[in-house]
Formats: sequence, structure tokens, C-alpha cells
Amino acid sequence: MTAPLLETRGLTMRFGGVVAVDAVDFTLEEGELRCLIGPNGAGKSTFFKVLTGQLLPSAGTVRYRGRDIAGAAPHAIARAGIGIKLQTPSVFNGLSIRENLWLAARRKNGAKRADAVVDGVLSLIALAGSTDRIVGTLAHGQRQWVEIGTVLAGEPDLILLDEPAAGMNHDEVGRTAEIVRAINRTTSLIVVEHDMAFIRMISDRITVFNRGSVLMEDRADAVMRDQRVRDVYLGKKAA
Amino acid sequence: MIRTVLSLRVTLLCALGAAVLAGLAPQFVDTFTLLQATVFVAMAVLALSLGFIWGFGGILSFGQAAFFGLGGYAYAVGAFNFTDSTVPVILSMLVPMLFAALLGYFMFYGRISNVYVGVITLTVTLILFNVVNSTAGDAYRIGSAALGGFNGIPSVPGITLPFTGYAFAPEDDWYLAAGCLIVVFVGLKLLLASHFGRVVVAIRENEVRASLLGYDPRLYKLLAFVVGGGIAGLAGCLYTLWGAFISPTIFGLATSAQIIIWVMIGGLGTLIGPVLGAVAIQVLVTEIGGQQLLDANFVLGAILLVFVLVLPAGVVPTVERGVAALWRRGRRGRPGPAEAPAAHPLPGKALS
Ligand SMILES: Nc1ncnc2c1ncn2[C@@H]1O[C@H](COP(=O)(O)OP(=O)(O)O)[C@@H](O)[C@H]1O
Ligand SMILES: [Mg+2]
Repeated sequence: MTAPLLETRGLTMRFGGVVAVDAVDFTLEEGELRCLIGPNGAGKSTFFKVLTGQLLPSAGTVRYRGRDIAGAAPHAIARAGIGIKLQTPSVFNGLSIRENLWLAARRKNGAKRADAVVDGVLSLIALAGSTDRIVGTLAHGQRQWVEIGTVLAGEPDLILLDEPAAGMNHDEVGRTAEIVRAINRTTSLIVVEHDMAFIRMISDRITVFNRGSVLMEDRADAVMRDQRVRDVYLGKKAA
Repeated sequence: MIRTVLSLRVTLLCALGAAVLAGLAPQFVDTFTLLQATVFVAMAVLALSLGFIWGFGGILSFGQAAFFGLGGYAYAVGAFNFTDSTVPVILSMLVPMLFAALLGYFMFYGRISNVYVGVITLTVTLILFNVVNSTAGDAYRIGSAALGGFNGIPSVPGITLPFTGYAFAPEDDWYLAAGCLIVVFVGLKLLLASHFGRVVVAIRENEVRASLLGYDPRLYKLLAFVVGGGIAGLAGCLYTLWGAFISPTIFGLATSAQIIIWVMIGGLGTLIGPVLGAVAIQVLVTEIGGQQLLDANFVLGAILLVFVLVLPAGVVPTVERGVAALWRRGRRGRPGPAEAPAAHPLPGKALS
């Protein structure tokens, strides 16, 4: 058996009295596509931020390919091969679509190869219109794709997507699911989403977060049948 | 990419034109005008140093006056101690660069927020003012150069070429200053078109995103800051050469404020803006100085106020945007995709 791609043990993130991530043991195998669900405030985004070095964990370890990366700087973790699309779009708003992708691709490639990588990603995310447009002028859904494209252009081995389909219409959600499946042919992914239709399209293994802990981990149909999961979501809605 | 290559060609052509003009200038203007133009051009180099780190790196430094002054003092001290000018000129850039590296390391690796970068750079400049101010007396000598405290260093030797021992005349100082401006301008253009420069701009746009792509923002900001320090130091060298004199007032609040005004009025996020801003404001201040009706500081303040309220982006970006809008209007209705030309990023970003 090979070592898992990513493994956290007792990973904890406290904000003062709030325990946003509470002793999480999480394992992701090479090549996997895992969905992460849970009500708002369950700690999914915080979990991602700890994994990518944006937050310093209060306790616990993060092993990526056997190497402990907990507490490393964001750029060092990115260089180790983890890419992330944040929940709130994080792009270079004043730069063109192509420049956004190029900056990602150029980091570990020469100029020529970077251009080729950018072209490849552009054809995958298939943005309509000119790639010289300034990203800040694009619609929300398009900017989400630019960010996904930028992450892809960095050619990471593990991609974290935080709510990639949020604010997208039905067609866009479908296209995003296609893109995610295409990415998964070569790359491991963890995807945070609320949209169950979207989750059914992309994944069969789901981890459910609630109040910072892992509530359960199973196949999509089993998770959706589970009474505890329903309670967690319905409880939130009633509140 | 095509746009970058094109704009590089245009820059090179313009630089060539500027070089020819600068070369011919002494034939057409009197010595007095040429001397004034020399100091204007030296200050334009100073404006470029801030135009680069603020407009492209997003680092609002109130400390360019510190590097400017250090460069001037380093040249002056060197000029008294070496027979030719090679070492003094190198020192005028090296000393401020080392100082910028030290200061920048504490600021950027200490994760100090942008607002405090402004405060710290300003404080350091004022501290330098006080330190240099108190160097009167024989105890403060570096080799054969006396620092002179508040009185500064008079009769700073001019440029002497190595080997030939040729000593510069006033026209030569003009050629040197104009040449430096052109070289710095083209050099910055090339730097901004390079991988390094594009990452610096990306970090201004979104530091978090840049780090999540694997770029260490601290390192890039530090390097940009050091480059800016070196350019300001060179400007200080040119300024000292021009007046054959340097004193601690160079570290004063007025210098720091002026540089920021030049850049703001000329336009953030461009290179030509700060150059034009520096020259225009200096011409204006000189004109006002020649009459009794209006006070120069009053006029400067009024101009600044008008710009902040009416043209916050500065002259060059506003004109560019206007031209772009006209161009779009001209193209509308024609077949083919009408795409928005690249607008300049909002300079307000750099402040936040
Ligand atoms: N920077 C922060 N400071 C304080 N509390 C935070 C911070 N970020 C997140 N939290 C808290 O941590 C909890 C988890 O938030 P988050 O990870 O965003 O949840 P999710 O992404 O699952 O909706 C919430 O209670 C939130 O208020
Ligand atoms: Mg979230």
C-alpha cells in the first residue's frame, strides 16, 4: 500500500474561543476526488486555509506526500504542489485573463512552455471571448473559471476547490462539473460544495463536516440517506 | 504579450528620440537653462524610483528621500576619498540599496501592513535627518570627507573619468543626468516586462493569490524596494553633482512630500507619469519663485487638492483612459469583436 497523498491528524484551528476545525483526521488517496460538505460555519474553508498555509494550525499535523507541511508558508505549500481556489474569488483583478494564467504557469516553466500550458488550460475552461479582457470586468461565474484556470495553470498535484459552483446558473454548474471531472483524470481534488446535484455529477465519496469535526465519510447515496446529515442541514435551515 | 513587445518597441524608439534631443539640447539652450534642466531630470529619476515601487509594487514609501539623501552623501563622501568617480558613483547606489535591503527585510519579513510601511519609512527618513544633522565637528569625518552636520558638505568634487582624468563640465553633467534618466526608464520598462516585474505587479494586485501560486511576496517586495532605493540613490548622486553640495535638508519632510506629489499628479501605474509630473511641477515652482504674487507652497497645495478631488488617477492614466474610450467609440458598429483595451489598474488599490 502506498502512503496517502494527504493526511491530517488531530488538525485543530481555534479562533479565540471558537474551535473552527476540531481534531480532524482526514485522509486522501492519490487520484481521489473527494467532496466536502457541511452547513455554513462547519469549518470547511478554515480547513482549506490551514492546509494551504494561510492559517497557522493551533494543533495537529498535515502530511503531504509524507512531508509535514503544517505551518509552512503559503508559497512553500504551493510549491510543494497544492493549489487552491478560494471561496471568495481571488484573482488578479487588474490583469488580463491570459496574464492571470500565465503568472501561474510561468512559476515552474520557461516562457515558451508557460504559453503552451496557458493555451491548454484556456481550451479546457473555454472562456467565451477574448483572453485579453481584464478579469475585474468579468461576470462572477467567469471570474470563478478564471480562478480555476489559474490554479490549473500552476499544474498542482492536489487541487482544493472551495465552492466552485456558487453563484453559477444551471448550465454553468454543469460545465464546472465537466471541468472538475476532466481535471480529476490527472489530479487529485477536494471540492467543497453545497449543491447536491453538482456533487452527484462529480463524486461518489463525501466527507461531512459539522462544527469543525468530521461527522461521517461515505458514498454519496449513503450520505444523502443518513439521518444525522439531514438533521445537520435541516437544523441549520430552521435556525 | 504582443502588446508588451509593441510597447517595448515604442519605448525604445522614444528613448532614442529622447537621447537625440538630449544630445542636441546644449546647442539650443543657454547654460542657465541647461543647468535647471539638469536638476529637473535628476528629480525625474527620483520620481521614477517611487513611481516604480508605489505604482507597480504597491508599496507607498515615504522614504525615497532617505535613499536619495544617502545616495547623495555616499557620492559626496566617496568623491573626497577617491581620485576618479567610479567608486563614488557605485557607492551612491550601493549604500542606499543596502540600507533599503535592511529596512525592507524588517518591514516585509516582519509582515508589517502597508500603512505602517508608510509610517516606518517616513520615521526612518526623519531619524536620518536628525542623525546627519548632528554630525558637525571634526569627530565626524569619513576619510578626508567632513560630514559637516547641519551645514552639509560644500564643494563636492564633480565627476572625474577613470584613466583619462577628464573632469566634467556643466554640459557633461547634463548628458549624464539625461542619460541616467533614459537608461533608468528603459531599464524599468524591461524589468516590468520580465517575469520578475510581472510578479511584482501581480503581488500589488493580490498578494494572497500570488503566494498561493508559489511566489513569496516578501521576497519580491524586498527586491522591488531595493531597486527603488538604488534608483533614488542615483538621483541623489546626480543632485549632488548638480549643486556640488549636499546637506541634511535633503532628508526633510519637504523632499518626501514633493516626490509623492510628482507621482500622484503624473499618475500611478505608469513610468512616464512620474517623469512628467516631476518636471512639470518643478517648472511651475520655478516660475512661481520668479514672482511675488503667489506662494509656491500654497500653489502646490492647491494643485494637489484639485488632483485628489478631480483627477485622483493622475494625468497620464486619465488621458490614456480617455484615448481608450474614444478608440472604442470609433470602433463600435464595425464588424469584428469589439474588445476592451487594457485599462490601467486603479491606482487607489495601491493605497489600501
Ligand atoms: N479569521 C477568523 N476569525 C475568527 N473566526 C473565524 C475566522 N474564520 C472563520 N471563523 C469562524 O470559524 C467557523 C468556521 O468558518 P468557515 O471555515 O468559514 O466555515 P464554512 O466554510 O464551513 O462555512 C465559523 O464559526 C467562523 O465564524
Ligand atoms: Mg466556506
